[in-house]
Amino acid sequence: MTNNKKRESTLQRIGKYTILRLITLFITVVVGVYLTIIIANMGGYVDELVKGQVQESLTMRLTADESFRNLPKENREALLQRELALEFDRLGLNDPFLVRSMRFLLRAIKLDFGTANHMISASGSNKVRLIIGEQLPPTLLLMGTSNLLLFFIVMLIALYLSRRYGSYSDRFFTSLSPLSSMPSWFYGIFLILVFAALLRILPFGGMLGAPPPERGSWEYVASVLKHMILPVTSLTVSALFASIYSWRTFFLIFSSEDYVDMAKAKGLPSGLIRRRYILRPTLPTIITSFSLMLITMWMGAMVTEKVFQWPGLGTVIVNAVGLYDTAVIVGTTIIYGYLLAITVFLLDFVYALVDPRVKIGAGNRS
Amino acid sequence: MNLFKQFKQYPTAIIGLILIAIIIFIALYAIITIPYEEAVRLWRGNEEDTYRNPQKVPPVWVNLFRKDKFPESFSIYLTDEENKEVVVEDNSEDGLINKTYTYKFDYNYSTYLQEIILYGRNSFQEKQPFIEAFIITPDGRNIRVVNGGMSPKYVFRFSQDSKLKRRVKSDAIKGIFSTPESIKNESPELLKGEYTLVTKVRSFEENTKISVELVAHGRVFGVAGTDHLRRDISIALLWGAPIGLTFGLIAALGISILTMTISATGTWFGGFVDLLIQRITEVNMMLPFLPILIMVGTFYSKSILAILGVTIMLSIFSSSIKTYRATFVQIKQSTYIEAAKVYGASNRRIIFRYMLPKIIPMLIPGLVLSIPSYVFLEASLAVLGLGDPRLPTWGKLINDAHTNGALWNAEYYWILEPALLLIITGFAFAMVGFALDKIFNPRLREQ
Repeated sequence: MTNNKKRESTLQRIGKYTILRLITLFITVVVGVYLTIIIANMGGYVDELVKGQVQESLTMRLTADESFRNLPKENREALLQRELALEFDRLGLNDPFLVRSMRFLLRAIKLDFGTANHMISASGSNKVRLIIGEQLPPTLLLMGTSNLLLFFIVMLIALYLSRRYGSYSDRFFTSLSPLSSMPSWFYGIFLILVFAALLRILPFGGMLGAPPPERGSWEYVASVLKHMILPVTSLTVSALFASIYSWRTFFLIFSSEDYVDMAKAKGLPSGLIRRRYILRPTLPTIITSFSLMLITMWMGAMVTEKVFQWPGLGTVIVNAVGLYDTAVIVGTTIIYGYLLAITVFLLDFVYALVDPRVKIGAGNRS
Repeated sequence: MNLFKQFKQYPTAIIGLILIAIIIFIALYAIITIPYEEAVRLWRGNEEDTYRNPQKVPPVWVNLFRKDKFPESFSIYLTDEENKEVVVEDNSEDGLINKTYTYKFDYNYSTYLQEIILYGRNSFQEKQPFIEAFIITPDGRNIRVVNGGMSPKYVFRFSQDSKLKRRVKSDAIKGIFSTPESIKNESPELLKGEYTLVTKVRSFEENTKISVELVAHGRVFGVAGTDHLRRDISIALLWGAPIGLTFGLIAALGISILTMTISATGTWFGGFVDLLIQRITEVNMMLPFLPILIMVGTFYSKSILAILGVTIMLSIFSSSIKTYRATFVQIKQSTYIEAAKVYGASNRRIIFRYMLPKIIPMLIPGLVLSIPSYVFLEASLAVLGLGDPRLPTWGKLINDAHTNGALWNAEYYWILEPALLLIITGFAFAMVGFALDKIFNPRLREQ
């Protein structure tokens, strides 16, 4: 009975912690998005954007009207200007900046980024939300795969090295850590050079072979997997060695704690010591460091996508820059803000699951 | 001095220092030999700067590793009478020019030249001067290349002349430099030996000045090769060093110092200030750094100074504020700070004279380690198409090469040269940084 009650309260604590983090993160994101809007609008670009759209739709509507077309030229111009002024007023474009930016913030939170000037989604829509939504899955696929791979590879190697501190393999891996000073796209270029250009065994870039296989078929999956190998490898490798170095150090620090020596003295099996006395207390620290690393990795993934022509968010924003499509640029930036927040939140949730301080409700994080 | 002694224990650190010295040497060499304005002008790729350069060819030294040598580029002023390589036959009369220039050159390469061009400059009032050129091949064929009037800015490209093409029954350069029997074959046989270019120039007015320059575009060029706009890649390789280093150094230094100061101030005053700084840090960590840089680059300015400024501003409130804070909290409770409070030291004095110096050993390794990440940031932005349009940098080279399909077309030199310099820079600072980290934070070393 007591045991059951205890578990319940643990769940409650985790739930409370998670909801608290969710709320703080949400506030953080909203402030972040607001800052993004202010940066974007410093030169009045978002306003110009909205005004342009209004003008375009109004002109379209008026020219479709027969009676308007029959008016003399001066009258037509005057009417257009008057209607435009009314429309700007109605949409509140003449309001003070604070009010306007708040309105845009509200739209951004509802993921309503307006329409693109030039870019069109594969389904033929010019809604920024759809353009971004279409390119989101490839990015998530790429990032998710690399993150999982990275986490488990680093965990395995770091644990292995921490047990063999000072051995040849330990020194080998720690001496490789300067390799992480190079970003993932840089590795990408070398991987393309070796595997695509010289050996011709893997594709140069893109996500699907030509002609694209039918969606949902096995060939489709195989084609995507084949195209994923190089970008995933470059994302993983660039973060690998520095992470191994720092996680190994965390393990070493935690395995020199007194309670580990105590457990050894008690004669507990080494597997149990590793799992319960070293891995468990190190995990929260590791997750915090992993979360920080992922934030950097998101940014690295943008350039990597560009190098590999991977049809993800990074490619969207690069194309938008090329076409000067302001709505898409601002929209993608905000989406990246959300993605960062979601990543951090997910890891926070895992943190709550593994951190005994959250479980027993004692102490505070930070 | 003790530091240097400890430093010597790390051979990688010594290598790192040597590499940093090499990069700094390249940077200084670039600044001294090619002034900034000159570099920017050359990188614009104007015709008058690049007309002697072939397009997209590797550096000259690749011939050292090849059995079949690539032809080198060369150019010569045929009308420069002081040049001993050109034999002049002067039949001028009454101030009217009538000269024949004979220039012999050896051709012992295994591939064809990219292009041969005659550039003519002259001043005439009413009647155009006349130019006629022949090439005599080693097997004694005498091929008429061109005859006709010379415009004031005369350019004759061998490969683009349809008459010449008809005369040699093939692509002009191939036709001239192959044996006539093999010209119809799929891969014609290249004829090695001594070629002679005979150029006749006549003017029909007094006081007409004529100059003719022969430019041959080979398959190799200079120490670094050329890009798609015929620009000499070595300019960007050289100038990438000072630009990258300055960007990395200023960003790393500015960010470290500002972060440290803000963190110390927050910890010292505590309460509301500390809370505010922590909240700003949390928001800032959620800001998508690169997309915001892209936004700034697209909407406002691609100038490297603007990007540098935004980079610093967005990176001040980073996660290291929290790391520093943890240390500052300890420092704040130490007795010497207590003593300083007792004798009435000002807040500023305590922060800058007593708290900040304590954290410098922790700061320096991080600073050195972060320099390459900002050098690479500059390159990353260039790869995203947001490099400063005027500046020749390593990232711009990689971007140009990648977007022009250098990997696909096997023009590896184009991408590998800047990449190698980036690797050297990255490794050098990383090696020194890791050694410094072990020296300043021995806790990690002992573990």
